[in-house]
Amino acid sequence: MIDVDIRQRLGDFSLDLRFSGGAGVTALFGPSGSGKSSVIKAIAGLTRLDAGRIVVGGTVLANDGRHTPPHRRRIGVVFQEARLLPHLSVRSNLRYGRLFTPRAERRIAEEPVIDTLGIGHLLARRPATLSGGEQQRVALGRALLASPRLLLMDEPLAALDEARRREILPLIETLRDEFAIPIVYVSHAVEEVARLAAKVVVLDAGKVAREGSPADVFRAATDRFEIISVVAGRLGAPDHDFRLTPVETAAGPIWLNGLAGPVGRPVRVLVHATDVALSLARPDGLSIRTVLSGTVAGVSGGDGPTVTVDLALEGGDRLAASVTRRSAVELDLTPGRSVFALVKAAALDERPV
Amino acid sequence: MPELSPAAWSAIALSFKVAAVATLWGVPVATALALLLARGHFPGKALLDGIIHLPLVLPPVVTGYALLLLLGRKGPIGAFLDQQFGIVFAFRWTGAVVAAVVMALPIIVRAIRLSIEAVDVRLEQASGTLGAGRLATFFLVTLPLSLPGILAGATLGFAKALGEFGATITFVSNIPGETRTIASAIYTASQTPDGDAEALTLSAVAAVLGLAALVASELLARRARGALS
Repeated sequence: MIDVDIRQRLGDFSLDLRFSGGAGVTALFGPSGSGKSSVIKAIAGLTRLDAGRIVVGGTVLANDGRHTPPHRRRIGVVFQEARLLPHLSVRSNLRYGRLFTPRAERRIAEEPVIDTLGIGHLLARRPATLSGGEQQRVALGRALLASPRLLLMDEPLAALDEARRREILPLIETLRDEFAIPIVYVSHAVEEVARLAAKVVVLDAGKVAREGSPADVFRAATDRFEIISVVAGRLGAPDHDFRLTPVETAAGPIWLNGLAGPVGRPVRVLVHATDVALSLARPDGLSIRTVLSGTVAGVSGGDGPTVTVDLALEGGDRLAASVTRRSAVELDLTPGRSVFALVKAAALDERPV
Repeated sequence: MPELSPAAWSAIALSFKVAAVATLWGVPVATALALLLARGHFPGKALLDGIIHLPLVLPPVVTGYALLLLLGRKGPIGAFLDQQFGIVFAFRWTGAVVAAVVMALPIIVRAIRLSIEAVDVRLEQASGTLGAGRLATFFLVTLPLSLPGILAGATLGFAKALGEFGATITFVSNIPGETRTIASAIYTASQTPDGDAEALTLSAVAAVLGLAALVASELLARRARGALS
Protein backbone atom coordinates (compact mmCIF):
# COMPACT_ATOMS: atom_id res chain seq x y z
CA MET A 1 0.00 0.00 0.00
CA ILE A 2 2.82 2.32 0.79
CA ASP A 3 6.37 2.04 -0.45
CA VAL A 4 8.97 4.46 0.80
CA ASP A 5 12.56 4.79 -0.31
CA ILE A 6 14.11 8.01 0.95
CA ARG A 7 17.54 9.41 0.44
CA GLN A 8 17.83 12.93 1.71
CA ARG A 9 20.49 15.19 3.19
CA LEU A 10 19.16 17.56 5.84
CA GLY A 11 22.00 19.73 7.09
CA ASP A 12 24.45 17.41 8.81
CA PHE A 13 21.82 14.67 9.16
CA SER A 14 20.88 12.28 6.41
CA LEU A 15 18.08 9.84 5.79
CA ASP A 16 18.77 6.67 3.91
CA LEU A 17 16.01 4.18 4.39
CA ARG A 18 13.34 2.14 2.75
CA PHE A 19 10.32 0.40 4.16
CA SER A 20 6.84 -0.57 3.15
CA GLY A 21 3.56 -0.71 4.98
CA GLY A 22 0.24 -2.40 4.44
CA ALA A 23 -3.26 -1.74 5.67
CA GLY A 24 -3.61 -0.62 9.26
CA VAL A 25 -0.95 1.22 11.22
CA THR A 26 2.73 1.22 10.33
CA ALA A 27 4.61 2.69 13.29
CA LEU A 28 7.87 4.58 12.98
CA PHE A 29 9.61 4.08 16.27
CA GLY A 30 12.92 5.34 17.59
CA PRO A 31 14.65 7.87 19.82
CA SER A 32 14.36 11.61 19.15
CA GLY A 33 16.68 12.64 16.36
CA SER A 34 16.40 9.26 14.63
CA GLY A 35 14.61 10.85 11.67
CA LYS A 36 10.99 9.89 12.32
CA SER A 37 9.54 13.35 11.74
CA SER A 38 11.76 13.90 8.72
CA VAL A 39 10.26 10.77 7.15
CA ILE A 40 6.76 12.15 7.78
CA LYS A 41 7.69 15.48 6.17
CA ALA A 42 9.14 13.70 3.15
CA ILE A 43 6.03 11.54 2.69
CA ALA A 44 3.77 14.58 3.08
CA GLY A 45 5.81 16.41 0.45
CA LEU A 46 6.91 19.20 2.78
CA THR A 47 10.51 18.39 1.84
CA ARG A 48 12.03 17.10 -1.40
CA LEU A 49 13.91 13.84 -1.81
CA ASP A 50 17.45 13.87 -3.14
CA ALA A 51 16.77 10.42 -4.52
CA GLY A 52 14.39 7.54 -4.01
CA ARG A 53 10.64 7.23 -4.43
CA ILE A 54 7.40 7.37 -2.53
CA VAL A 55 4.44 5.35 -3.72
CA VAL A 56 1.10 5.36 -1.93
CA GLY A 57 -1.73 3.12 -3.03
CA GLY A 58 -0.19 2.72 -6.47
CA THR A 59 0.29 6.45 -7.06
CA VAL A 60 3.88 7.66 -7.43
CA LEU A 61 4.22 10.85 -5.38
CA ALA A 62 7.95 11.33 -5.70
CA ASN A 63 10.40 9.60 -7.95
CA ASP A 64 14.04 10.58 -8.50
CA GLY A 65 13.65 14.32 -8.64
CA ARG A 66 9.97 14.48 -9.59
CA HIS A 67 7.99 15.90 -6.72
CA THR A 68 4.23 16.18 -6.26
CA PRO A 69 3.53 19.22 -4.04
CA PRO A 70 1.79 18.53 -0.71
CA HIS A 71 -1.61 19.85 -1.76
CA ARG A 72 -1.83 17.39 -4.65
CA ARG A 73 -0.78 14.32 -2.65
CA ARG A 74 -4.01 13.83 -0.74
CA ILE A 75 -2.12 12.71 2.33
CA GLY A 76 -3.55 13.80 5.65
CA VAL A 77 -1.22 14.87 8.42
CA VAL A 78 -1.94 15.08 12.14
CA PHE A 79 0.90 17.03 13.72
CA GLN A 80 2.08 17.03 17.29
CA GLU A 81 0.42 20.42 17.76
CA ALA A 82 -3.11 20.48 16.40
CA ARG A 83 -2.39 23.37 13.97
CA LEU A 84 -6.04 24.32 13.71
CA LEU A 85 -6.71 27.52 11.80
CA PRO A 86 -7.34 30.04 14.58
CA HIS A 87 -9.60 32.36 12.57
CA LEU A 88 -12.05 29.62 11.63
CA SER A 89 -14.66 27.80 13.69
CA VAL A 90 -14.27 24.11 14.46
CA ARG A 91 -16.87 23.38 11.78
CA SER A 92 -14.96 25.35 9.13
CA ASN A 93 -11.72 23.69 10.17
CA LEU A 94 -13.34 20.28 9.72
CA ARG A 95 -14.67 21.23 6.29
CA TYR A 96 -11.48 22.90 5.13
CA GLY A 97 -9.95 19.86 3.44
CA ARG A 98 -13.23 18.85 1.88
CA LEU A 99 -13.19 22.11 -0.08
CA PHE A 100 -10.22 20.83 -2.05
CA THR A 101 -11.24 17.18 -2.33
CA PRO A 102 -12.71 16.27 -5.72
CA ARG A 103 -16.35 15.25 -5.32
CA ALA A 104 -15.73 11.69 -6.47
CA GLU A 105 -13.00 11.24 -3.87
CA ARG A 106 -15.07 12.22 -0.84
CA ARG A 107 -15.36 8.79 0.71
CA ILE A 108 -15.60 9.84 4.31
CA ALA A 109 -18.78 11.44 5.56
CA GLU A 110 -18.87 14.15 8.17
CA GLU A 111 -21.34 12.74 10.66
CA PRO A 112 -19.71 9.42 11.55
CA VAL A 113 -16.37 11.15 12.05
CA ILE A 114 -17.87 13.84 14.28
CA ASP A 115 -19.75 11.16 16.23
CA THR A 116 -16.75 8.89 16.65
CA LEU A 117 -14.58 11.76 17.84
CA GLY A 118 -17.29 13.19 20.10
CA ILE A 119 -16.83 16.75 18.87
CA GLY A 120 -20.42 17.55 17.87
CA HIS A 121 -20.81 20.05 20.71
CA LEU A 122 -17.69 21.98 19.68
CA LEU A 123 -18.62 22.84 16.09
CA ALA A 124 -19.42 26.51 16.64
CA ARG A 125 -16.40 27.20 18.84
CA ARG A 126 -13.08 28.80 17.96
CA PRO A 127 -9.97 26.57 18.30
CA ALA A 128 -8.44 28.84 20.95
CA THR A 129 -11.32 28.05 23.32
CA LEU A 130 -10.74 24.26 23.14
CA SER A 131 -8.60 22.17 25.47
CA GLY A 132 -5.52 20.43 24.08
CA GLY A 133 -7.31 17.08 23.82
CA GLU A 134 -10.31 18.64 22.07
CA GLN A 135 -8.04 20.43 19.60
CA GLN A 136 -6.26 17.20 18.75
CA ARG A 137 -9.58 15.41 18.21
CA VAL A 138 -10.65 18.16 15.81
CA ALA A 139 -7.29 17.90 14.03
CA LEU A 140 -7.85 14.14 13.59
CA GLY A 141 -11.31 14.78 12.17
CA ARG A 142 -10.05 17.53 9.88
CA ALA A 143 -7.34 15.31 8.38
CA LEU A 144 -9.77 12.42 7.97
CA LEU A 145 -12.52 14.47 6.32
CA ALA A 146 -10.25 15.35 3.41
CA SER A 147 -10.60 11.60 2.57
CA PRO A 148 -6.85 11.11 2.29
CA ARG A 149 -5.13 8.11 0.71
CA LEU A 150 -2.92 7.86 3.74
CA LEU A 151 -2.91 9.44 7.17
CA LEU A 152 0.38 10.51 8.73
CA MET A 153 0.47 11.05 12.48
CA ASP A 154 3.53 12.71 13.92
CA GLU A 155 3.47 12.00 17.68
CA PRO A 156 -0.14 13.17 17.90
CA LEU A 157 -0.32 12.44 21.63
CA ALA A 158 3.06 13.77 22.70
CA ALA A 159 1.78 17.23 23.65
CA LEU A 160 -1.08 15.84 25.75
CA ASP A 161 -1.23 14.73 29.37
CA GLU A 162 -1.72 11.08 30.35
CA ALA A 163 -5.48 11.36 30.82
CA ARG A 164 -5.99 12.93 27.37
CA ARG A 165 -3.76 10.28 25.82
CA ARG A 166 -5.89 7.50 27.27
CA GLU A 167 -8.93 9.24 25.85
CA ILE A 168 -7.59 9.72 22.32
CA LEU A 169 -5.65 6.49 21.76
CA PRO A 170 -8.83 4.37 21.53
CA LEU A 171 -10.26 6.93 19.10
CA ILE A 172 -7.29 6.45 16.79
CA GLU A 173 -7.87 2.71 17.09
CA THR A 174 -11.52 3.17 16.09
CA LEU A 175 -10.63 5.43 13.17
CA ARG A 176 -8.12 2.86 11.96
CA ASP A 177 -10.74 0.11 12.00
CA GLU A 178 -13.83 2.02 10.88
CA PHE A 179 -12.54 4.21 8.09
CA ALA A 180 -9.99 1.74 6.70
CA ILE A 181 -7.27 4.28 5.99
CA PRO A 182 -3.65 3.19 6.13
CA ILE A 183 -1.82 5.15 8.81
CA VAL A 184 1.86 5.89 9.36
CA TYR A 185 2.24 6.65 13.03
CA VAL A 186 5.31 8.20 14.59
CA SER A 187 5.92 7.66 18.26
CA HIS A 188 8.57 6.90 20.80
CA ALA A 189 6.05 5.42 23.24
CA VAL A 190 6.15 1.60 23.21
CA GLU A 191 2.62 1.39 24.62
CA GLU A 192 1.08 3.38 21.75
CA VAL A 193 3.00 1.49 19.10
CA ALA A 194 2.31 -1.95 20.57
CA ARG A 195 -1.35 -1.19 20.79
CA LEU A 196 -1.92 0.37 17.38
CA ALA A 197 0.59 -1.00 14.96
CA ALA A 198 0.45 -3.96 12.61
CA LYS A 199 4.06 -3.28 11.74
CA VAL A 200 6.88 -1.43 13.47
CA VAL A 201 9.83 0.17 11.70
CA VAL A 202 12.57 1.08 14.16
CA LEU A 203 14.69 4.01 13.03
CA ASP A 204 18.14 4.86 14.26
CA ALA A 205 20.28 7.72 12.91
CA GLY A 206 18.28 7.98 9.70
CA LYS A 207 18.33 4.27 8.91
CA VAL A 208 16.02 1.34 9.51
CA ALA A 209 17.42 -0.60 12.46
CA ARG A 210 14.73 -3.32 12.69
CA GLU A 211 11.26 -3.94 11.36
CA GLY A 212 8.52 -6.44 11.98
CA SER A 213 5.48 -7.04 14.16
CA PRO A 214 5.43 -5.17 17.51
CA ALA A 215 5.93 -8.49 19.33
CA ASP A 216 9.04 -9.39 17.32
CA VAL A 217 10.53 -5.91 17.34
CA PHE A 218 10.24 -5.15 21.03
CA ARG A 219 11.42 -8.63 22.06
CA ALA A 220 14.56 -8.14 20.02
CA ALA A 221 15.94 -5.20 22.03
CA THR A 222 19.40 -5.75 23.49
CA ASP A 223 19.18 -3.75 26.73
CA ARG A 224 17.28 -5.96 29.20
CA PHE A 225 15.22 -3.01 30.45
CA GLU A 226 13.94 -2.40 26.91
CA ILE A 227 12.93 -5.97 26.13
CA ILE A 228 9.15 -6.02 26.06
CA SER A 229 6.83 -8.83 25.07
CA VAL A 230 3.40 -8.30 23.59
CA VAL A 231 0.89 -10.93 24.66
CA ALA A 232 -2.52 -10.96 23.01
CA GLY A 233 -5.73 -11.95 24.74
CA ARG A 234 -9.31 -10.96 25.49
CA LEU A 235 -10.66 -9.21 28.53
CA GLY A 236 -12.42 -11.58 30.92
CA ALA A 237 -15.05 -10.96 33.60
CA PRO A 238 -13.56 -8.58 36.17
CA ASP A 239 -13.22 -9.27 39.87
CA HIS A 240 -15.21 -6.36 41.23
CA ASP A 241 -14.30 -6.94 44.88
CA PHE A 242 -10.58 -6.48 44.26
CA ARG A 243 -10.92 -4.35 41.12
CA LEU A 244 -8.88 -6.64 38.91
CA THR A 245 -9.47 -7.71 35.32
CA PRO A 246 -8.14 -10.88 33.75
CA VAL A 247 -6.85 -10.98 30.21
CA GLU A 248 -7.61 -14.49 29.03
CA THR A 249 -4.79 -16.02 27.02
CA ALA A 250 -4.17 -19.61 25.96
CA ALA A 251 -1.34 -19.79 28.50
CA GLY A 252 -3.50 -18.61 31.39
CA PRO A 253 -5.06 -15.38 32.66
CA ILE A 254 -2.99 -12.24 33.10
CA TRP A 255 -4.39 -10.13 35.92
CA LEU A 256 -4.51 -6.38 35.41
CA ASN A 257 -5.05 -3.62 37.91
CA GLY A 258 -8.44 -1.95 37.71
CA LEU A 259 -11.44 -2.52 35.53
CA ALA A 260 -10.06 -2.46 32.02
CA GLY A 261 -13.12 -2.50 29.78
CA PRO A 262 -15.88 -4.61 28.21
CA VAL A 263 -15.63 -8.38 28.43
CA GLY A 264 -14.39 -9.97 25.22
CA ARG A 265 -12.48 -6.97 23.88
CA PRO A 266 -9.21 -8.05 22.27
CA VAL A 267 -6.21 -6.45 23.96
CA ARG A 268 -2.45 -6.60 23.88
CA VAL A 269 -0.57 -6.68 27.17
CA LEU A 270 2.97 -5.38 27.40
CA VAL A 271 5.26 -7.30 29.73
CA HIS A 272 8.77 -6.11 30.52
CA ALA A 273 11.28 -8.96 30.57
CA THR A 274 12.53 -7.75 33.96
CA ASP A 275 9.04 -8.23 35.44
CA VAL A 276 8.95 -11.94 34.63
CA ALA A 277 10.19 -14.69 36.97
CA LEU A 278 10.40 -18.39 36.03
CA SER A 279 9.50 -21.48 38.01
CA LEU A 280 9.74 -25.17 37.15
CA ALA A 281 6.66 -26.06 39.18
CA ARG A 282 3.34 -24.27 39.48
CA PRO A 283 4.11 -22.12 42.52
CA ASP A 284 2.27 -22.20 45.80
CA GLY A 285 2.31 -19.69 48.59
CA LEU A 286 3.34 -16.78 46.41
CA SER A 287 1.72 -13.40 46.07
CA ILE A 288 1.89 -13.63 42.29
CA ARG A 289 -1.38 -14.74 40.69
CA THR A 290 -0.44 -14.46 37.02
CA VAL A 291 1.10 -17.76 36.03
CA LEU A 292 1.57 -18.55 32.34
CA SER A 293 2.68 -21.92 31.07
CA GLY A 294 5.08 -22.44 28.21
CA THR A 295 8.32 -23.99 27.11
CA VAL A 296 11.80 -22.54 26.76
CA ALA A 297 12.52 -21.73 23.11
CA GLY A 298 15.98 -20.35 23.57
CA VAL A 299 18.39 -18.57 25.90
CA SER A 300 20.45 -15.59 24.80
CA GLY A 301 22.78 -13.16 26.51
CA GLY A 302 26.13 -14.96 26.37
CA ASP A 303 28.42 -14.82 29.38
CA GLY A 304 26.96 -11.80 31.11
CA PRO A 305 25.37 -11.97 34.55
CA THR A 306 21.85 -11.85 33.08
CA VAL A 307 20.39 -13.79 30.19
CA THR A 308 17.14 -13.53 28.29
CA VAL A 309 15.00 -16.63 28.23
CA ASP A 310 12.68 -16.77 25.26
CA LEU A 311 9.49 -18.65 26.10
CA ALA A 312 6.96 -20.08 23.68
CA LEU A 313 3.69 -19.68 25.58
CA GLU A 314 0.86 -22.07 25.06
CA GLY A 315 -1.13 -20.57 22.22
CA GLY A 316 1.92 -19.37 20.32
CA ASP A 317 2.75 -15.94 21.80
CA ARG A 318 6.32 -15.33 22.86
CA LEU A 319 7.37 -14.03 26.25
CA ALA A 320 10.86 -12.92 27.20
CA ALA A 321 12.12 -13.28 30.76
CA SER A 322 15.26 -11.68 32.06
CA VAL A 323 16.93 -13.88 34.70
CA THR A 324 20.44 -14.28 36.06
CA ARG A 325 22.67 -16.69 34.26
CA ARG A 326 23.09 -18.58 37.53
CA SER A 327 19.30 -19.20 37.71
CA ALA A 328 19.27 -20.33 34.13
CA VAL A 329 22.03 -22.82 34.84
CA GLU A 330 20.65 -24.05 38.15
CA LEU A 331 17.11 -24.54 36.78
CA ASP A 332 18.58 -26.07 33.63
CA LEU A 333 16.63 -23.70 31.38
CA THR A 334 17.38 -25.27 28.05
CA PRO A 335 15.18 -25.37 24.93
CA GLY A 336 12.20 -27.65 25.29
CA ARG A 337 11.93 -27.38 29.08
CA SER A 338 8.43 -26.69 30.44
CA VAL A 339 8.28 -23.72 32.77
CA PHE A 340 5.83 -21.38 34.41
CA ALA A 341 6.28 -17.66 33.89
CA LEU A 342 5.27 -15.50 36.83
CA VAL A 343 4.23 -11.91 36.18
CA LYS A 344 3.57 -9.45 38.96
CA ALA A 345 0.18 -7.82 38.34
CA ALA A 346 1.35 -4.70 40.12
CA ALA A 347 4.10 -4.27 37.52
CA LEU A 348 1.69 -4.33 34.57
CA ASP A 349 0.55 -1.06 33.23
CA GLU A 350 -3.20 -1.32 32.76
CA ARG A 351 -3.27 1.85 30.66
CA PRO A 352 -1.89 0.65 27.36
CA VAL A 353 -4.11 -2.38 26.92
CA MET B 1 -12.75 79.05 16.17
CA PRO B 2 -12.43 80.87 12.88
CA GLU B 3 -14.67 79.87 10.01
CA LEU B 4 -13.12 77.81 7.22
CA SER B 5 -13.23 79.38 3.78
CA PRO B 6 -14.77 77.50 0.83
CA ALA B 7 -11.24 77.13 -0.55
CA ALA B 8 -10.12 75.47 2.69
CA TRP B 9 -13.09 73.09 2.57
CA SER B 10 -12.22 72.22 -1.00
CA ALA B 11 -8.64 71.43 0.07
CA ILE B 12 -9.90 69.18 2.88
CA ALA B 13 -12.28 67.36 0.53
CA LEU B 14 -9.52 66.90 -2.04
CA SER B 15 -7.10 65.56 0.57
CA PHE B 16 -9.70 63.00 1.64
CA LYS B 17 -10.33 61.95 -1.94
CA VAL B 18 -6.62 61.63 -2.69
CA ALA B 19 -5.86 59.75 0.55
CA ALA B 20 -8.81 57.37 0.10
CA VAL B 21 -7.95 56.48 -3.49
CA ALA B 22 -4.25 56.20 -2.61
CA THR B 23 -5.10 53.75 0.20
CA LEU B 24 -7.34 51.67 -2.09
CA TRP B 25 -4.54 51.32 -4.64
CA GLY B 26 -1.69 51.21 -2.19
CA VAL B 27 -2.88 48.42 0.10
CA PRO B 28 -3.16 45.64 -2.52
CA VAL B 29 0.17 46.66 -4.03
CA ALA B 30 1.76 46.82 -0.58
CA THR B 31 0.27 43.42 0.34
CA ALA B 32 1.76 41.80 -2.75
CA LEU B 33 5.15 43.41 -2.06
CA ALA B 34 5.00 42.49 1.64
CA LEU B 35 4.22 38.85 0.77
CA LEU B 36 7.14 38.80 -1.65
CA LEU B 37 9.47 40.19 1.00
CA ALA B 38 8.15 38.05 3.86
CA ARG B 39 7.92 34.67 2.11
CA GLY B 40 9.87 34.96 -1.13
CA HIS B 41 13.42 33.85 -1.77
CA PHE B 42 14.88 35.52 -4.84
CA PRO B 43 18.01 37.41 -5.81
CA GLY B 44 17.67 41.16 -5.42
CA LYS B 45 15.30 40.94 -2.47
CA ALA B 46 17.38 43.38 -0.43
CA LEU B 47 17.45 45.75 -3.40
CA LEU B 48 13.65 45.63 -3.80
CA ASP B 49 13.30 46.25 -0.07
CA GLY B 50 15.64 49.25 -0.42
CA ILE B 51 13.78 50.72 -3.38
CA ILE B 52 10.43 50.46 -1.57
CA HIS B 53 11.88 52.23 1.46
CA LEU B 54 13.76 54.87 -0.51
CA PRO B 55 11.00 57.54 -0.30
CA LEU B 56 11.30 57.29 3.50
CA VAL B 57 14.88 58.60 3.46
CA LEU B 58 15.01 60.75 0.30
CA PRO B 59 13.98 64.40 0.49
CA PRO B 60 10.32 64.26 -0.65
CA VAL B 61 11.10 66.81 -3.32
CA VAL B 62 13.48 64.29 -4.91
CA THR B 63 10.75 61.65 -5.02
CA GLY B 64 8.36 64.18 -6.55
CA TYR B 65 10.96 65.23 -9.09
CA ALA B 66 11.63 61.59 -10.01
CA LEU B 67 7.89 61.10 -10.54
CA LEU B 68 7.79 64.20 -12.72
CA LEU B 69 10.68 62.93 -14.82
CA LEU B 70 9.18 59.45 -15.19
CA LEU B 71 5.46 60.12 -15.28
CA GLY B 72 5.37 63.66 -16.65
CA ARG B 73 3.93 64.09 -20.14
CA LYS B 74 7.42 63.99 -21.61
CA GLY B 75 8.71 61.27 -19.27
CA PRO B 76 9.20 57.75 -20.69
CA ILE B 77 6.30 56.20 -18.76
CA GLY B 78 4.10 59.30 -18.79
CA ALA B 79 4.37 59.73 -22.55
CA PHE B 80 3.56 56.07 -23.14
CA LEU B 81 0.50 56.16 -20.86
CA ASP B 82 -0.69 59.38 -22.47
CA GLN B 83 -0.36 58.12 -26.04
CA GLN B 84 -1.62 54.57 -25.49
CA PHE B 85 -4.35 55.06 -22.93
CA GLY B 86 -4.83 58.81 -22.63
CA ILE B 87 -3.84 58.63 -18.94
CA VAL B 88 -2.18 61.75 -17.62
CA PHE B 89 -0.89 62.14 -14.06
CA ALA B 90 1.08 65.39 -14.19
CA PHE B 91 -0.73 68.36 -12.61
CA ARG B 92 -3.88 66.27 -12.00
CA TRP B 93 -5.35 65.05 -8.74
CA THR B 94 -4.61 61.50 -9.92
CA GLY B 95 -0.94 62.48 -9.89
CA ALA B 96 -1.36 63.52 -6.27
CA VAL B 97 -2.68 59.98 -5.68
CA VAL B 98 0.43 58.49 -7.30
CA ALA B 99 2.69 60.68 -5.16
CA ALA B 100 0.75 59.71 -2.03
CA VAL B 101 0.96 55.98 -2.86
CA VAL B 102 4.72 56.13 -3.41
CA MET B 103 5.28 58.08 -0.21
CA ALA B 104 2.95 55.92 1.91
CA LEU B 105 4.08 52.58 0.49
CA PRO B 106 7.06 52.04 2.85
CA ILE B 107 4.99 52.29 6.01
CA ILE B 108 2.13 50.21 4.61
CA VAL B 109 4.51 47.50 3.38
CA ARG B 110 6.34 47.50 6.71
CA ALA B 111 3.15 47.02 8.76
CA ILE B 112 1.81 44.26 6.50
CA ARG B 113 5.14 42.50 6.18
CA LEU B 114 5.52 42.29 9.95
CA SER B 115 2.10 40.74 10.32
CA ILE B 116 2.65 38.27 7.48
CA GLU B 117 5.92 37.22 9.08
CA ALA B 118 4.03 36.68 12.32
CA VAL B 119 1.73 34.13 10.64
CA ASP B 120 2.85 30.65 11.66
CA VAL B 121 4.30 28.90 8.60
CA ARG B 122 3.18 25.62 10.13
CA LEU B 123 -0.45 26.66 9.66
CA GLU B 124 0.26 27.28 5.98
CA GLN B 125 1.85 23.83 5.80
CA ALA B 126 -1.21 22.28 7.44
CA SER B 127 -3.39 24.06 4.89
CA GLY B 128 -1.25 22.56 2.12
CA THR B 129 -1.58 19.03 3.45
CA LEU B 130 -5.35 19.53 3.44
CA GLY B 131 -5.22 20.14 -0.29
CA ALA B 132 -5.04 23.94 -0.53
CA GLY B 133 -2.64 25.26 -3.16
CA ARG B 134 -0.46 28.29 -2.53
CA LEU B 135 -3.01 30.81 -3.74
CA ALA B 136 -5.85 29.24 -1.76
CA THR B 137 -3.63 29.10 1.32
CA PHE B 138 -2.78 32.77 0.90
CA PHE B 139 -6.41 33.87 0.70
CA LEU B 140 -7.77 31.47 3.33
CA VAL B 141 -4.96 31.47 5.88
CA THR B 142 -2.22 34.07 5.42
CA LEU B 143 -4.43 37.00 4.45
CA PRO B 144 -7.07 36.67 7.19
CA LEU B 145 -4.39 36.07 9.82
CA SER B 146 -2.47 39.18 8.79
CA LEU B 147 -5.62 41.31 8.65
CA PRO B 148 -4.71 43.30 11.78
CA GLY B 149 -1.48 44.41 10.14
CA ILE B 150 -3.21 45.16 6.84
CA LEU B 151 -5.81 47.34 8.57
CA ALA B 152 -3.17 49.08 10.64
CA GLY B 153 -1.07 49.62 7.52
CA ALA B 154 -4.08 50.96 5.62
CA THR B 155 -4.94 53.54 8.28
CA LEU B 156 -1.34 54.60 8.72
CA GLY B 157 -1.00 54.89 4.96
CA PHE B 158 -4.21 56.91 4.82
CA ALA B 159 -2.85 59.30 7.45
CA LYS B 160 0.45 59.59 5.61
CA ALA B 161 -1.33 60.26 2.29
CA LEU B 162 -3.52 62.87 3.97
CA GLY B 163 -0.47 64.86 5.04
CA GLU B 164 1.81 64.33 2.02
CA PHE B 165 3.31 67.58 0.78
CA GLY B 166 6.80 67.61 -0.71
CA ALA B 167 6.45 64.99 -3.43
CA THR B 168 2.93 66.13 -4.26
CA ILE B 169 3.72 69.81 -4.78
CA THR B 170 6.80 68.94 -6.83
CA PHE B 171 4.98 66.47 -9.08
CA VAL B 172 1.52 68.00 -9.51
CA SER B 173 2.05 71.56 -8.25
CA ASN B 174 -0.51 73.46 -6.19
CA ILE B 175 -3.57 74.08 -8.33
CA PRO B 176 -6.68 75.16 -6.38
CA GLY B 177 -9.48 72.63 -6.76
CA GLU B 178 -7.24 70.13 -8.60
CA THR B 179 -4.08 69.47 -6.62
CA ARG B 180 -4.25 71.85 -3.65
CA THR B 181 -4.45 69.47 -0.69
CA ILE B 182 -4.55 70.50 2.98
CA ALA B 183 -0.76 70.62 3.17
CA SER B 184 -0.45 72.74 0.02
CA ALA B 185 -3.25 75.03 1.23
CA ILE B 186 -1.44 75.55 4.55
CA TYR B 187 1.76 76.35 2.67
CA THR B 188 -0.07 78.85 0.43
CA ALA B 189 -1.82 80.48 3.37
CA SER B 190 1.41 80.78 5.33
CA GLN B 191 3.00 82.60 2.38
CA THR B 192 0.06 85.01 2.04
CA PRO B 193 -0.25 88.23 4.09
CA ASP B 194 -3.19 87.80 6.59
CA GLY B 195 -3.19 84.06 5.88
CA ASP B 196 -2.09 83.12 9.41
CA ALA B 197 -5.58 82.36 10.71
CA GLU B 198 -6.35 80.05 7.81
CA ALA B 199 -2.94 78.36 8.08
CA LEU B 200 -3.41 77.77 11.80
CA THR B 201 -6.96 76.44 11.42
CA LEU B 202 -5.96 74.07 8.65
CA SER B 203 -2.95 72.92 10.68
CA ALA B 204 -5.27 72.11 13.56
CA VAL B 205 -7.52 70.18 11.16
CA ALA B 206 -4.50 68.24 9.86
CA ALA B 207 -3.38 67.42 13.40
CA VAL B 208 -6.84 66.21 14.42
CA LEU B 209 -7.22 64.06 11.29
CA GLY B 210 -3.76 62.56 11.68
CA LEU B 211 -4.32 61.77 15.33
CA ALA B 212 -7.73 60.24 14.58
CA ALA B 213 -6.19 57.99 11.93
CA LEU B 214 -3.42 56.87 14.28
CA VAL B 215 -5.89 56.06 17.06
CA ALA B 216 -8.18 54.26 14.60
CA SER B 217 -5.23 52.24 13.33
CA GLU B 218 -4.34 51.15 16.83
CA LEU B 219 -7.94 50.27 17.72
CA LEU B 220 -8.50 48.34 14.52
CA ALA B 221 -5.34 46.34 15.03
CA ARG B 222 -6.26 45.58 18.63
CA ARG B 223 -9.79 44.56 17.71
CA ALA B 224 -8.66 42.32 14.89
CA ARG B 225 -6.12 40.68 17.18
CA GLY B 226 -8.81 40.16 19.80
CA ALA B 227 -11.11 38.52 17.28
CA LEU B 228 -8.45 35.94 16.55
CA SER B 229 -7.68 34.86 20.06
